[in-house]
Amino acid sequence: MTTTSTLGLAPVRERLANGVTLLVKETRVQPAVTISATMSAGSVCDPSGVEGVAHLLSRLLDRGAGTRAADEVADILDLRGVSPLISVTRHATTVTCDCLAEDVETVLETVCDMLRAPHCVDQEIERCRGQLLTQLRQDEDSPSTRALEAVMPLLYGADHPYGRTPKGSAATVEGIDRRQLLDFHAAWFAPDRLTLVLVGDIGVSAAVALVTRVCGDWGGRAVSVPAFRPPPVPTRRRLVIPMPAKAQADIVYGFTTILRSDPAFHAYWIMNNVLGQYGIGGRLGRSIRERQGMAYYAGSMFEAGHIAGPLLVRAGVNADNVDRAIASIDTEVATMARDGVTDEELASAKRYLVGSTPRSLETNEGIARFLQTAELFDLGLDYDHRLPALVQSVTADEVAEAARRTLVTEHASIVIAGPYEAL
Amino acid sequence: MRAVSREASTSDGALLTPRAAVLDNGLTVLIQEAHTAPLVSVWCWYRVGSKDEPSGLTGASHWVEHMNFKGTTGIGAGAFKELIDRFGGFWNGYTWIDQTTYVETATKDALDQMLFMEAERMDRCLYDADACESERTVIISELQGGENDPDQLLDIEVTATAFKAHAYRHPTIGWIGDLQAISRDELYGHYRRHYTPANATLVIVGDVEADDALRHVERRFGAIAPGAEPPRGRTTEPVQTGERRLEIVREGTTGYLKVAYHAPAATDADFAPMLVLDAALTGAKGLNLWASFRGPAPQRRARLYRALVDGGHASALSGAFVATAHPFLFMVSATARAGTPLDVLRDTTLTVLDEVCTNSLTDAEVERAKRQLRARLVLENGSITNIGHQIGFFETVAGAGVLQALPGRIAAVAPEDVARVAARYLTASNRTTGWFKPA
Repeated sequence: MTTTSTLGLAPVRERLANGVTLLVKETRVQPAVTISATMSAGSVCDPSGVEGVAHLLSRLLDRGAGTRAADEVADILDLRGVSPLISVTRHATTVTCDCLAEDVETVLETVCDMLRAPHCVDQEIERCRGQLLTQLRQDEDSPSTRALEAVMPLLYGADHPYGRTPKGSAATVEGIDRRQLLDFHAAWFAPDRLTLVLVGDIGVSAAVALVTRVCGDWGGRAVSVPAFRPPPVPTRRRLVIPMPAKAQADIVYGFTTILRSDPAFHAYWIMNNVLGQYGIGGRLGRSIRERQGMAYYAGSMFEAGHIAGPLLVRAGVNADNVDRAIASIDTEVATMARDGVTDEELASAKRYLVGSTPRSLETNEGIARFLQTAELFDLGLDYDHRLPALVQSVTADEVAEAARRTLVTEHASIVIAGPYEAL
Repeated sequence: MRAVSREASTSDGALLTPRAAVLDNGLTVLIQEAHTAPLVSVWCWYRVGSKDEPSGLTGASHWVEHMNFKGTTGIGAGAFKELIDRFGGFWNGYTWIDQTTYVETATKDALDQMLFMEAERMDRCLYDADACESERTVIISELQGGENDPDQLLDIEVTATAFKAHAYRHPTIGWIGDLQAISRDELYGHYRRHYTPANATLVIVGDVEADDALRHVERRFGAIAPGAEPPRGRTTEPVQTGERRLEIVREGTTGYLKVAYHAPAATDADFAPMLVLDAALTGAKGLNLWASFRGPAPQRRARLYRALVDGGHASALSGAFVATAHPFLFMVSATARAGTPLDVLRDTTLTVLDEVCTNSLTDAEVERAKRQLRARLVLENGSITNIGHQIGFFETVAGAGVLQALPGRIAAVAPEDVARVAARYLTASNRTTGWFKPA
């Protein structure tokens, strides 16, 4: 079934008979195409106790697939200057490739093979396992990564799919075998979970014909992702990860927020922009970096999702300044919860968020990313067109309500990793 | 104002002809119309980087870059970044060994505002004493954040060991002692010496009409005094006479190896063959320092990747060879796979590099590297921001004409050219090897 929008980006959406969703946006700026293939299967699908399967599988996707061995896949992509970017989030595995328009057919065939029939041969499993284990050791040595990873179990509970470490631990990764990888693939990688986005120097009919030829005969259905329980009732928690040999400490200070489908999403988006993004880190950056000179970075990030996603304040500071920085975060958070945002802040944030949309849609890759998000959360083919009005309609009261709902200092989970000793 | 005939190239082979002009005060202006989106990107480049810092002032260029966001006579402290955010804009700045640059990309109605900001930045920054002090701790925090990463720490030490005379030996962030000691007046002096119109290039790319944009530039920048020619260091790096090795032993979990060779500058005839050599050894990154931050190079078939990563010794490999004003480094970096001793990783790496030094690459490897580079040169210029970077970057570090010549220079590289540069540069006596060993 073909659907399209005549407004804004006006992509064309096609659903193949086997369930593959295809989104195409033709642009003629460069003789190049971005291919973005998202399989709705991420680390939340890892079986309990076998964390890291989705991650390890993602590393194996381009290590032999379809009729081609690992070296043949590498030959095809390398020769064309293509380096697939493979990422795993909690809910999705995405392969993104930028290629010359003249190479799109070959590269798309290869990407579909990677998702459809990865070989996962033992030799490559061992190679990728070794790489992942090394990555885990590097993460262990990084205060910012450790702080970021440790805040999630505080917010969601250690046994919640959002509380588990997406890459797994050394123990779980060492235990994963080929059978578990193939079972995971068989259960979760299916055509009805695949969204393919093609943006660039390719016509819609050519794209539809190509995708139909390459993956129209892929059959089967994936199992359903179970519903996750919501995060637990929040209370103030604090964890210190001592890393005495490091030069500075990283702080992560987090809350759980809302679903992406929550009508308050755009009010939260504005609230987060004022709190920790606008200018150089919003109110937080102005206080901690600009006024007090304590940190190279201070700001916040907000991610609404299929369940109530996190809002995380982050700062990197000298160990002597940790307590002062947390007190400053408490102050900014409490002030916003009490007073909301000023009319000027609201207007500035709206101008920024509306004005940044054309910029985010300038490149093929930016458009592909936007369309994947719109598809993932069912935002509609005309979401880019509706977005400015959605942002403009948010009132100061709605932003204040979002702040009151979420920015409760007694609910914050705080992690400090670095050369810091708690008093 | 003089109009200048100038051609720059997009990497898809089509020649762009940016409108080029030099204002009476010496400011070079390059304007490229691109009407694909209602956006404009402004880059303002200065020929000052860490190589232009005298002893005792290391880190000054980068600190100056920070200070130039902190208020001018016409823009209040704290308001700088927000001016462009109002237009939904992206802004940033960076400093490296040869250059300092500022960028804004926003909707096209922001053009005059961007030019106002850059003109203010060029001539009217305040350097309030309290703001300098506050920024001192921010920068020391940035340095300490970098030191948390063993790879960055090793990079600084290897570079400082490879150079003993040329100012490329200083890290761009500066040495901690200098950062603790530099005064407000020294910073301001560095700013005044180097932020002159004749030492700058202004690049505009996007949905503008060139004549109109140039009128805006003239109005905003025309009255800025030309300033004196900035001082330049004259010390060149003597030829290295023997391999240098260093070891950092610190608490950590992972071993890192870096192997660096002195390598040619962007204008050197050896530059293009060296790019091809790097691509064949570690994967083609392309030429865009700004865009290449995005992802890994295509490297699965690269000679060193196969030996180190496929060979089970390393979990990651990268190569760095970038266009620079003076001869800098070709650096190979590898992360030791858990369980691999560093000396095994080093010996395997050096065996491959020595082999290539002696016997070069196969013709097929050279051809694959060239084809990769051809694709990367298209893919790295997918936005007006990236195109603006390339036009300004090459103008600043290499001079007019280098960017447009590069696709042709790369296409003309023959296997014997690669053999020549491999034999010339990948020698043991031209090499510095360092590792980070977790205690």
